[in-house]
Amino acid sequence: MNEVTVFIMGKGYRVPAGLTIMKAMEYAGYRLTRGCGCRGGYCGACATVYRLKGDYKLYGDLACQTTVQDGMYIAQLPFTPAERPAYRLEELQARGETLLALFPELARCVACNTCTKACPQKLEVMDAVQAALRGDIPGVADLTFDCVSCGLCTMRCPAEISHHHVWQLARRLNGAYLTPRAPHVAQRVEEVRAGKFKGELDRLVAMPKEGLVAAYKARDIEP
Amino acid sequence: MKTIAYFPGCALKDQARADETGTLGALARLGYEIREIPRWNCCGTVFSLVQDDLMRHVGPVRNLLRVQAMEEEKVLTLCAMCYGTLARSAHFVEDPERLRRINAFLDPDAYQGGVEVIHLLTLLRDEVGYERLAAETRRPLNGLRVAPYYGCVLLRPRPFAVDDPDSPAAMERVVEALGGTAVPFPERTECCGTHLTVTRKDVVEERVGRILRSARGGGADALVVTCPLCHFNLEERRPAGTPDLPVLYLGQLLAWAMGEDDPGVASLVGRAAVSSEAVR
Repeated sequence: MNEVTVFIMGKGYRVPAGLTIMKAMEYAGYRLTRGCGCRGGYCGACATVYRLKGDYKLYGDLACQTTVQDGMYIAQLPFTPAERPAYRLEELQARGETLLALFPELARCVACNTCTKACPQKLEVMDAVQAALRGDIPGVADLTFDCVSCGLCTMRCPAEISHHHVWQLARRLNGAYLTPRAPHVAQRVEEVRAGKFKGELDRLVAMPKEGLVAAYKARDIEP
Repeated sequence: MKTIAYFPGCALKDQARADETGTLGALARLGYEIREIPRWNCCGTVFSLVQDDLMRHVGPVRNLLRVQAMEEEKVLTLCAMCYGTLARSAHFVEDPERLRRINAFLDPDAYQGGVEVIHLLTLLRDEVGYERLAAETRRPLNGLRVAPYYGCVLLRPRPFAVDDPDSPAAMERVVEALGGTAVPFPERTECCGTHLTVTRKDVVEERVGRILRSARGGGADALVVTCPLCHFNLEERRPAGTPDLPVLYLGQLLAWAMGEDDPGVASLVGRAAVSSEAVR
């Protein structure tokens, strides 16, 4: 078998080449109860940092998306401590001052770009911080749409910004106040309230298990 | 059309939006194609005096790097604070050893040096020129009595002064070229208190009161500034009993004179016209 040597939390293991970092850890005997989620690169739970032999750079990535390399030194980050102040969205205004009032550390950004280099999603993280500083909330929302909140930028930031919480607030403000309303959503909510789907739902709730299984198998599937 | 790289800075994209639109419109009328730097970042607001923590200098230098990538040699700012930070940073990295160490942070890009930082005031004086400014004025200021306020960062420290730090004249000349009457006053080069507006409002209020009383004492109808932060402080940090003197950004006067809309200037100039007719 083609194997490589990796160091997990400082201890060396021989693991099959081609495994992801997450699978390599499990192969080495780790049982992951934290720092592991969807295994598909979406949930952002499995942030990992590593160095490669002979390379000064500290890399960050998602353990479920990154293949092991020979001589990799790996540490899992099961959680990123990050301050998220409490707020009520309905009491906030969609303005730059709102972001700065709740996350004043934004103003400590020195534009070093370390966050951008740390991002496994290849987002322009520093540009998003800068957009936040100048009150460009739709800009922040666009730039961070694909953020998985893994926390790697937050761990690396010399200004100690809690990036993913800022992005979440910006996207909430953008969604609540700055994007056009979708009239069909309100219309559908009214239809739901008026009981348009009640009969169908009651029928499903009352159905015995065999009937449910049969209905599930016979369901319409979108092409 | 003459192209020029443009660094807006955060204030002009947020609280001071009104200062930007008319100014850029006026510059377009004067034949400038304004090229806003793509993906610019905050200038840093204040130039870091720390010599050994070079990461504090990365922000402004990154903007100069972006100007270099645009293949422009100069960058225009409308804000005196941004001018101060960027101009001092450009000078700071003229030292090759510092530049080498800062470029290590900018990796994989590298700034080569040599970008010149200019402010709206120096653009009007050195490139447009007072004569052309006067010739292009479509709506003269009708002798409006304007007190030019320089504040500190355009004139200090001395190596980065855009004019004689003790006796500046550029803004007075611009006001006159646009058809206004310049009203020099003793406090025109005093600091407004700048970012102490966040932590020591009392200091800023004391200074703002002094500046506005001095300008009013000289007989001014309005104060003109070169910086969105001075603008904010002079309007929002007035202690009780301060003269009710309107504050305008230099670009607003320029915009109105060149034919752009500016309600703030329009009402003042109308009033000036009425009072000068009354004198006749």
